[in-house]
Amino acid sequence: MFFRMIKGTFIHQWKKMLMIALTVALGTSIATAMLNVMLDVGDKINAELKTYGANINVVSKSAAIVSSLYETDEATDAYLQENVTGELLTIFWANNILDFAPFLDGQVKLDGTDQKVTGTWFHYHLSFRKKGSDYIRDTGINNLRDWWEIVDGERYDEQADFYKDAGDLFAMVGENVAEKKNLKAGDEITLTGKTTEVVKVVGVFSSGDNEDDVIYLPLSTAQRLTGKADLIQSISVSALTSPEDETSQKVAKNPELARPEDYELWYCTAYVSSICHQIQEAIPTSSASAIRRVADSEGDILNKTELLMTLITVLSLIGSALAISNLVTSSVMERSQELGLMKAIGAKNVRIAGLVLTEILLVALVGAVSGYFIGFGFAQIIGHTVFGASIDMKGMVAFLVAVLIFAVTLIGSLPAIRNILRLRPSEVLHGR
Amino acid sequence: MASLLELKNVSKIYGDLHALDDVSLTVEKGEWVAIMGPSGSGKSTMMNIIGCMDKPSLGQVLLDGKDISKESQTSLTTIRRDKIGLIFQQFHLINYLNAVENVMVAQYYHSVPDEKEALAALERVGLKDRAKHLPSQLSGGEQQRVCIARALINNPEIILADEPTGNLDEANENIVLDIFRQLHKEGTSLVVVTHDPEVGEVAQRTIRLEHGKIISDEKNENFVE
Repeated sequence: MFFRMIKGTFIHQWKKMLMIALTVALGTSIATAMLNVMLDVGDKINAELKTYGANINVVSKSAAIVSSLYETDEATDAYLQENVTGELLTIFWANNILDFAPFLDGQVKLDGTDQKVTGTWFHYHLSFRKKGSDYIRDTGINNLRDWWEIVDGERYDEQADFYKDAGDLFAMVGENVAEKKNLKAGDEITLTGKTTEVVKVVGVFSSGDNEDDVIYLPLSTAQRLTGKADLIQSISVSALTSPEDETSQKVAKNPELARPEDYELWYCTAYVSSICHQIQEAIPTSSASAIRRVADSEGDILNKTELLMTLITVLSLIGSALAISNLVTSSVMERSQELGLMKAIGAKNVRIAGLVLTEILLVALVGAVSGYFIGFGFAQIIGHTVFGASIDMKGMVAFLVAVLIFAVTLIGSLPAIRNILRLRPSEVLHGR
Repeated sequence: MASLLELKNVSKIYGDLHALDDVSLTVEKGEWVAIMGPSGSGKSTMMNIIGCMDKPSLGQVLLDGKDISKESQTSLTTIRRDKIGLIFQQFHLINYLNAVENVMVAQYYHSVPDEKEALAALERVGLKDRAKHLPSQLSGGEQQRVCIARALINNPEIILADEPTGNLDEANENIVLDIFRQLHKEGTSLVVVTHDPEVGEVAQRTIRLEHGKIISDEKNENFVE
């Protein structure tokens, strides 16, 4: 009888029930999309932000001391061995390190005037062996500086077939230098430092900052020009990180004094501070520090994006609850004679409330299931449109959405249930 | 005859209005009583109080010897379910359930739905062949008979009918009154609220209300058993 009555209501009030299902589906789809994106967005936003450059800078310990004593970012004469760079691949969070490149700055003469040059890896095939394990990675500034606009020629790529066996006498020239010296791709320039090197301009780039005043060379060429064989000044690292929180900041200040459980959590979370710590462990002569502006703004953007999505989810659920409340209340009002009759012939409040709630929850279930899949579709659209990647379906989201929608439906039904409890059969049956 | 229903100095007061004013009344088991009076005389208020759908402001209501005037809404619902069968002028059938299902709803809230019993109740009012019809497919008289079958299905101690023929033509009115006669013969107690003199005259006893007070309480000399 119970289900005959429910079936009857569905047939009789199909428009209202459809509206409730659509409302629930809408709320569910937004909640599903937002929660799926939110739980996946950390990695996606991080990956997106990493395309805008490095967030960790590694220098020698003595350089770091000089830099902090004199509060300067100027390069010092303290160096790291080039071969320590491979150690980055051995740390716990090695897989979170997307790209890195060593740098060596120097002053040379170009046409009789001083010119800053920087040696680095453009697209370097790094092969590193430690304790019987091989670590291999293609890395370099072609990824770290992918915002460089090539205004003439092309990017230098030591792995490209044309350059592979052509030696290292090539250069990427900053736009300002090219303008000042009237250089273009294909020109040959003579650089004089500890040695004299004739290099061919592969391309002219525009970075929009003071890199436009620099000539970028393969690291080995810069090492010969500066007389710093096998040495580098710094390593720029781009790593996927989690936003810092209060605990991580506390532990990062003094890891040795942290409680073991805090230390373990910090060490095993991809905070920029714990990755820096691990780099220093791997390269004991180094000092790794977060490029705060980048790391902080990443954390800020991530937190704000998550907050925005949480707000959208909460607002959509509040909207759904209000809409459900209106629809269920109007449905109950429309059925007041029917429900009053049930009371008159002996139905207790709890049984009528149970009947109405069952109807609403069944409709909500249909709406929620369809809304979940629609929401997952929305999440994919957001993922592909904004991040260029799929969003993973997370079981936790299904559970969370089920609980939220159940709660929203119940809360939305409360005013209607209150109306049912107050319904007096003598009034509705006599039309008073 | 034992008394089934007793109203002792019952008043129902809404602000300054005394819808029922110090009414006392006794209905015996198996008795057929008509309550008559013009609009606003307090008939429906009395029906609601007897039918456990409302409580008196003052006085006592004894049903089967038990004072129900101070009972909670929940126990009034239980009493209504177990002891009272209600018949309405507007029929109040659930429009998406067919005739037999409308009868079974009363069983469902009383005990366990039993389609055979519900069909038997419909047969008693001459509607077995219309059991699978929706209310919209039934005439007014047929709908009222379904309503009577629903009121009878749980074997109540008293049937309360509020203007049961108010929406019916003469032919259907006679059918309903014949059913009442049959129920009375079988020993069912009937309280019929009506303003129709013809319906009042066929009852065993007629009580007249005016301005919330009983102005007459007479045995019907022409009553045919």
